[in-house]
Parts: sequence; structure tokens; C-alpha cells
Amino acid sequence: MTGHPGTGRRPDGAAFIIAAGLAIFGAVLLWDATSLPQDGGYAGIGPAAMPKVIGWGLIVLAAATGFQGLKTRVADVPRQNPVPLLLIGGGVAAQIALLHVTGFAFATSILFGATAAAFGKRNLFLTLPLGFALAFGIYGIFDGLLQLNLPGGPLETLVYGG
Amino acid sequence: MSTFEFLLQGLGTAMQPMILLYALIGVTLGTAVGVLPGIGPALTVALLLPVTYGLDPAGSLIMFAGIYYGGMYGGSTTSILLNTPGESASIVTALEGNRMAKAGRGGPALATAAIGSFVAGLLATLALAFLAPHIVKLALVFGPREYFALMMLAFVTVSAAFGESTLKGLTSLFIGLGLATIGIDSLTGQARMAFGVPQLLDGIEVTTLAVALFALGECLFVAAQTHGLDDKVEAIKGSVRMTAADWRRSWPAWLRGTAIGFPIGAMPAGGADIASFLSYGTEKRMSKHPDEFGHGAIEGVAGPEAANNAAAAGTLVPLLTLGLPTTATAAIMLAGFQQFGLQPGPLLFATAPQLVWGLIASLLIANVMLIVLNLPLIRFWVLLLRIPRPWLYAGILMFATLGTIGVNPSAVELSMLLIFGFLGYGLRLYGYPIAPVVVGLILGPMAEQQLRRALAIAQGDWTTLVATPLSAILLGIATLALIVPMILRLRGKGQVLTQIAGDSD
Repeated sequence: MTGHPGTGRRPDGAAFIIAAGLAIFGAVLLWDATSLPQDGGYAGIGPAAMPKVIGWGLIVLAAATGFQGLKTRVADVPRQNPVPLLLIGGGVAAQIALLHVTGFAFATSILFGATAAAFGKRNLFLTLPLGFALAFGIYGIFDGLLQLNLPGGPLETLVYGG
Repeated sequence: MSTFEFLLQGLGTAMQPMILLYALIGVTLGTAVGVLPGIGPALTVALLLPVTYGLDPAGSLIMFAGIYYGGMYGGSTTSILLNTPGESASIVTALEGNRMAKAGRGGPALATAAIGSFVAGLLATLALAFLAPHIVKLALVFGPREYFALMMLAFVTVSAAFGESTLKGLTSLFIGLGLATIGIDSLTGQARMAFGVPQLLDGIEVTTLAVALFALGECLFVAAQTHGLDDKVEAIKGSVRMTAADWRRSWPAWLRGTAIGFPIGAMPAGGADIASFLSYGTEKRMSKHPDEFGHGAIEGVAGPEAANNAAAAGTLVPLLTLGLPTTATAAIMLAGFQQFGLQPGPLLFATAPQLVWGLIASLLIANVMLIVLNLPLIRFWVLLLRIPRPWLYAGILMFATLGTIGVNPSAVELSMLLIFGFLGYGLRLYGYPIAPVVVGLILGPMAEQQLRRALAIAQGDWTTLVATPLSAILLGIATLALIVPMILRLRGKGQVLTQIAGDSD
């Protein structure tokens, strides 16, 4: 029940969490498959067949992962710093939230600043304007020249037109 | 018309100024992303997919192929000078190349890598041109069951045959397959796993998944490491010129690397990383200077670099002739073809010969561009390694989200980006391979379709799957490729397989 000597402090919790995640994904596939027509037509297997196979596959893999977690660790994971994860994750979340409110350039500058901060450049007075300038330029190039449909805010509309 | 005439015609297409420009952009970008640690050709092609919606299909595809080739060239620079592989196929190059650089022989190491890539790229592209028409002829007799068997083989080799553990490889593959069921079933029109969310009906965009797993996942992973990464860029001392002895030792290694790399890429047997590892092993065994290995043997750079370029060309064989991607980059290139309404496969050679042969011919030209970019201009690329990480990764994420927003600026799409980004981080953290997820997402629905077609033709008779010798043999090989490595690992002989682990490209 204990991990490898010297590598594990306790039975591998990560393995059980991974196993649980896989099992849930598998169960969702199986549950969704029950609401599909079971009729197989000429082939004998219909739209529900493959999700069932994959769902059971995931559950078997989950069991194997959990079983292995009793014996060995999934991987030797070095200590992780959660702050950069929160910064980058928050940056993307902020970009999603602001995208249709303030437009591409401002929303993206938040992501730019957050990522730079996650990698150690914490001076937001430098990174935010730089990110904004870059994103604003990119908006012009991609929306204007390459006909990519980027959501524009007031400033984008003012400078580059609607 | 013979292959030779087709190729000449292709050269005519490839020499058009606009096409040359696309190829030049592709190889330049490819070299740049190959040099930069953390981003590889798979991600770059994924980022550029949405950008090329409005552009010329032939030009865009030539650009993607240029990125693939360029990434293989550029990766060696990072391996040799930084000891951090710029892309996964260059891991082996770092073994000997970085030692050479530390010993002040970085110049010849870069030269043998670049010239070896050129030789291999040239020979392998010609091999692609002459092999492709034959495979196309063979592919015409392929029915759904043969395609299904081929895809099973591709699934096994991508996920389970190499790498640290069969369990982890299969887990990654099944995550990809599970995600692939989301959306409308292409045969019956039933909505699967959509939970009433209309944006999910289209399924998960390959671009979104690839960008999330490769770009966001990588950024999160690098940022969360508490111990600093050792980033010492070795200066290129002296000339990049190789001595007569270097040439004499490099030549056979280039040719052997090509001979190993091309078949491995061409068969659905995994990507460039496996080829470069096998080539390294071969060079070590055949070398007249075995004592130099581990201390900077030039064969150990020349062989693997030739092998990974030859394998990159080799992967285009199943991609173009069968529509079968065997690496993450090839999977995303397939999405690129589909974006323009083109389905790679035997029919493409009949319906769009200018495009296919233009693409193959332009690879020959791209190769010439790459040797110019990578030998005389090598000092310029080294400057890229000095970009501070905060700016580099902030820039990467800006472009990564730009790609997804460009496809579909919906909150659902971007939320998927965020979720899959953390999935990619988790996969990296616990040593799960990434490529099987991407390959599973794109090949999963294709395999399901072929299986159901095959069974429908046979009125539900499952023995139809092994009814032709070809499909039976392919399924047999797939089973062996699944079981043999498992036995090897159980008997404690898995280290070799771990080292050949396919990582990301």
C-alpha cells in the first residue's frame, strides 16, 4: 500500500483522482448513449455503439489506473507553484469574460499581462500597455487583411471601422 | 503520365512567385518555432489554420508542409546550443550535439545537422514522389474494412507501442476518442454528448484542442515549475565549417538516417522521434569511434537529424495517399485539408493533381530554402533563444487565443480552450502522452464511420473485418504492436521503449 521507497509519501492520491476522472467521463458516455436510438440498421451497430465501447474502455482504464496507484506512483511529480497557474488561468477567464464587452485588444492585454506576471514580469504598467498595443496591431492585421472575424470593442471600431 | 512528368508539372506550380512566397513564410516560421523551445510544428500549424481560411488552399498547405520541414531543421539548433530540444524529435540530437557545443565544436554540429536534414529531406521527398502513386493504386482496392484495420494500427502505434506505459498511452487515446464522440453522428445525424448545448453539436475543433493542449498546457507547465530551468545558450565558437574528417564520418550517417527515418514515417509506425532514436542506436553500434559517444560524436548528430527529417517526409505518404495521419502535426494538417474541402487520399491524386504534385515539388524547393536559412543565417536564429520567457510565453498565448477566437468567438469555445489547457497541463505533469489525444480526436470518427460502413456492407457480419488477407494482416500487426510491448515492459525491458517515447510532434 505504500509507494516506492524514497519516492512516495503515501499511496498515490493522484492515481485515484485520475482514475475517478476517467471513470466519470466513461460513465457520462454510457449514460448519454442510453438516450440514443439503439437501432443498428444494416450494420447491426448504431450511433450508440461507439460511445458505449469508449465508455467501457475508459472505465477499464480507470480501474487499471487505480489498481496501479495502489502499487506505484503515477509519476514523480516535482513541486508545482500554484500562483502562475492561477494567473494564466485567470488571464484566459478574464479574456473570455471581457471579449465581447471591451473588444479583442483590451481583453487580450489582460491575458498578456497575466501571463507575463506568471513568468516573473510583474510590472503591469509596462506589460498591460505593451499587450494592448500588440493586440491592437494584431486586430488590425487579422481583421482587416486576413478577414478573420475578431470581436471589436469601441476603440477597434473607431480606428479600423465596423 | 509518369511520376517524373507529374513532378515537373508540380515544379511549374511550385515556382509561381506567390507559391514561393508561401513556402518561404512556411519554412521561416517553421525554423523559428523549431528553434523556440516550447512550441513545435503541430501547434504552429494549428494556430495558422484559422488564419488561412481566406487564403489560397495550395499555398496554405505548402506553407503548412514548410512549417513541418522547418520545425525539424530548427529543432536541432536548440538541442545543440541549449540542451533543451526545440521539438520532440530533436531530443536525441541534444545527447551528442550539446556535448560538441560544450567542447567548442558547436559549428560543425550545426552544420552536420543542417546538411544532414537537407540530404535526408531531398532523398525522402523524392522517395515520397515515387512511392505515392504506387500506394494510391494499392489504396484504390481498399474498402472500409481495410481502412478500419489501418486506423486501428495507427491508434496502437501512436498510443501504446512506444512510450513509458501502455496504460498511459491508451488512456490518452481514449480521452481523444471520447472527446471525438461529441457532436452530430455523421451517419445518422444523431446528436451525441451535446447536452443541449448548440455549440457542441459541431463537435470539438481540432484547432481548439491542439492549441489548448500544446500552447496553453505547455505554458502552464513551464510556469508552474518551482525550480528554475537551466538555460545556458552555448555560443557558436569558430567556424561552422566541417573538416574533411567530419564529412567522411557524416555521410554514411546521413544516408543510414534517411534509410531508417523514411520507412518509419511512411508506415503508420509513429513519428520522427522514434526514427531519430533508432538512428542514434544504429550509429552507436556501427561507429568506428564508439568511445566518443556521450562525449560529442558527430555521427550521433548527423544520423538522428537526417532520420527525423526523412520521417517527416515519410509521414506525408500515408497522409496524402490514404488520408491517414500518424503524428499530431499530420493530424492537424489533415484538418487543414478538410478546411479547404479537400479529402487527402487516392482520389485527391485524381481530382487535384496540380495541388498534390505542387505540394510535393514545393517541398524540394522548401528544402533548398531551409539549408540557406539554417547554414549562413544560423547566428540570427540563435538570437531567438535570447527572448526572455515572459515575453515569449505571453506572445504565444496571445496568438493561441487569437486562433481560437478567429474560428469561433463564442464563450463556449474559449471555455473549452481553458479546460483543455488544464487537461494538457495535467497530462504533461503525470507523464501522459499528448499526441494520442489529438490523433484520437481526428481519427476516431473516421474509424467509426469505416467500421459501420464495413459492417453495413456485410449485413452486420463481424467476420468481414478479417475476410481479406490485407485487413487480417493489418489487424494482426496492430494486435502484436499492442501486446508485445506490454510483455516487454512486464519483463522489465521497457526502458528502451520509454526512451523512444513519442512526445508531442
